[in-house]
Amino acid sequence: MGDTLGAKRSAMKKYWHVLNIGIQNNLTYRLNFLARAVFGLIPLVAILYVWQKIYSGNGAGSTVGTYSLAQMISYYLLTTVVDALTAVNEDDWQIAADIKDGNISQFLLKPIDYLWYRLCLFLSGRVTYLAVAATPLAIFILYLHQYFVLPPNWTAFGAFLISTALTALLQFFMSYTMAMLAFWVLEVSTFIFILFAFEYLASGHLFPLDILPHGLEQALFLTPFPYQLYFPVSIYMGKAVGMDLIRGLLIQGLWVIAAYGLARFAWRRGIKHYSAVGG
Amino acid sequence: MKTFARYVGIYGALWKNSVAREMSFKSNFLLWILVELLWFGLQLSFISVLYLHTEHIGTWTKWQVVMLIGGSHFIQQIFQAFFLVNCTNLSELVRTGKLDFLLLLPVNTRFIVSLRQVDLGAFVNASSAVGLMVYAAHQLHLVPSLLQVLGFLALCVTGVAIHYCLMFLLASISFWTVRAQGIVWGYYNLFNIARMPDEAFRGLFKAVFTFALPMLLVSNVPVRLLADKLSSPAPVFLLLAMSVVCFCVSEWGWRASMRRYTSASS
Repeated sequence: MGDTLGAKRSAMKKYWHVLNIGIQNNLTYRLNFLARAVFGLIPLVAILYVWQKIYSGNGAGSTVGTYSLAQMISYYLLTTVVDALTAVNEDDWQIAADIKDGNISQFLLKPIDYLWYRLCLFLSGRVTYLAVAATPLAIFILYLHQYFVLPPNWTAFGAFLISTALTALLQFFMSYTMAMLAFWVLEVSTFIFILFAFEYLASGHLFPLDILPHGLEQALFLTPFPYQLYFPVSIYMGKAVGMDLIRGLLIQGLWVIAAYGLARFAWRRGIKHYSAVGG
Repeated sequence: MKTFARYVGIYGALWKNSVAREMSFKSNFLLWILVELLWFGLQLSFISVLYLHTEHIGTWTKWQVVMLIGGSHFIQQIFQAFFLVNCTNLSELVRTGKLDFLLLLPVNTRFIVSLRQVDLGAFVNASSAVGLMVYAAHQLHLVPSLLQVLGFLALCVTGVAIHYCLMFLLASISFWTVRAQGIVWGYYNLFNIARMPDEAFRGLFKAVFTFALPMLLVSNVPVRLLADKLSSPAPVFLLLAMSVVCFCVSEWGWRASMRRYTSASS
């Protein structure tokens, strides 16, 4: 009993170090992060202008779907926050490069699990990004603060936090699985971009999914994509309550488990392929 | 005249190289075209969702905006075909010191750095943009005159030149900081503004993206010309003037940057 606890503690410590190194590594490129955060806000501002024009054209007090202008702006602000918290940055490229360049060989020898190792690096990337992007993001949100709504109650806020954490895991496991393609093909970037295109549309990056025709929205919810962004935001905005909320969180959890299983499966198959090539 | 013929010859050789390079990865070449098509479709679906909920954005109707997206995609793809890879590669050339070899060549360095590689897939994507524009024009019952089409093409060239000058200027920053790639890719975000109808914007945002980074001119003005949406020729002259300004600034930035080049140590 004591032994397993000690082993667990040393394992935790190991990954804690990875997290630390990851943060320090990422901080070297803080200017890059800052540029990304600031440049990333520009298209967002443009979209907000376009919506403003649409609302003013439709007449005062008009709504789009169930959204008033304030709610629409709020929606985009929230997606930006959730995105900053959960988006995979360059992890998928790096994993693919590790495989292609043979860097993973060392992980097959070391007592460290590559998936957890990458997850730590992903988390450290998010922590650094937040630290750097917090300032421009906060200024931006403060500037639009009259549109930034608070969640309806503490339950919604708690569920939002849980769902955001699940979103981050789902994003990571899906990207990890995609990067595993590098075992079989030379160039994975096209595949990553194809998946990203679907994510971008179907996760609610471009517009809230519930302004789509109902059937289409329902169809999208059969895919994991809405759980990569839209779902936590809709919880925060009080759109998913009661049984819907619980069912949504369960489905999101199932997607996370499925993506994790797929990531493990792809890695095992890949390693077999890898050793076959490496000889 | 002789110099011109010589440069045409060099550029021909660069093309041959690029074709050979692309054809050695055929499936990858096709996949990139698919990726671009998907993202193009994505922009269109965004617009069609917007127009589910409104009739007009300013005075822009749905098919006019579709035309705008086609036009801006066309300009972006032509820019990509000739310049994008070369701009993003500049920081690598500086970091690795490979720029030395290009400096030694008996040609204008900016010429060789800017036009070294051609992205052939982008021409395929540009043609899909043209297809969309023709379809949108049909929906609008629009039959532009030959003069309008020629004017449109000339303004597209101007737009491509503006994109190139600005991105090359950004890429020149790599002489000051090693990791300029983030900055260069940041420019990619600006393409997102170029395809939005100009009337949506106001105030400082509009001023910045008209007079400093003229994103709201590069595709809006040519498409307005094609779609009979120009009320006065002023925007056309403004676009032309901005392209001259951008070229001068970018050339000045390039020269100032080159003076700092010390090559890599290894």
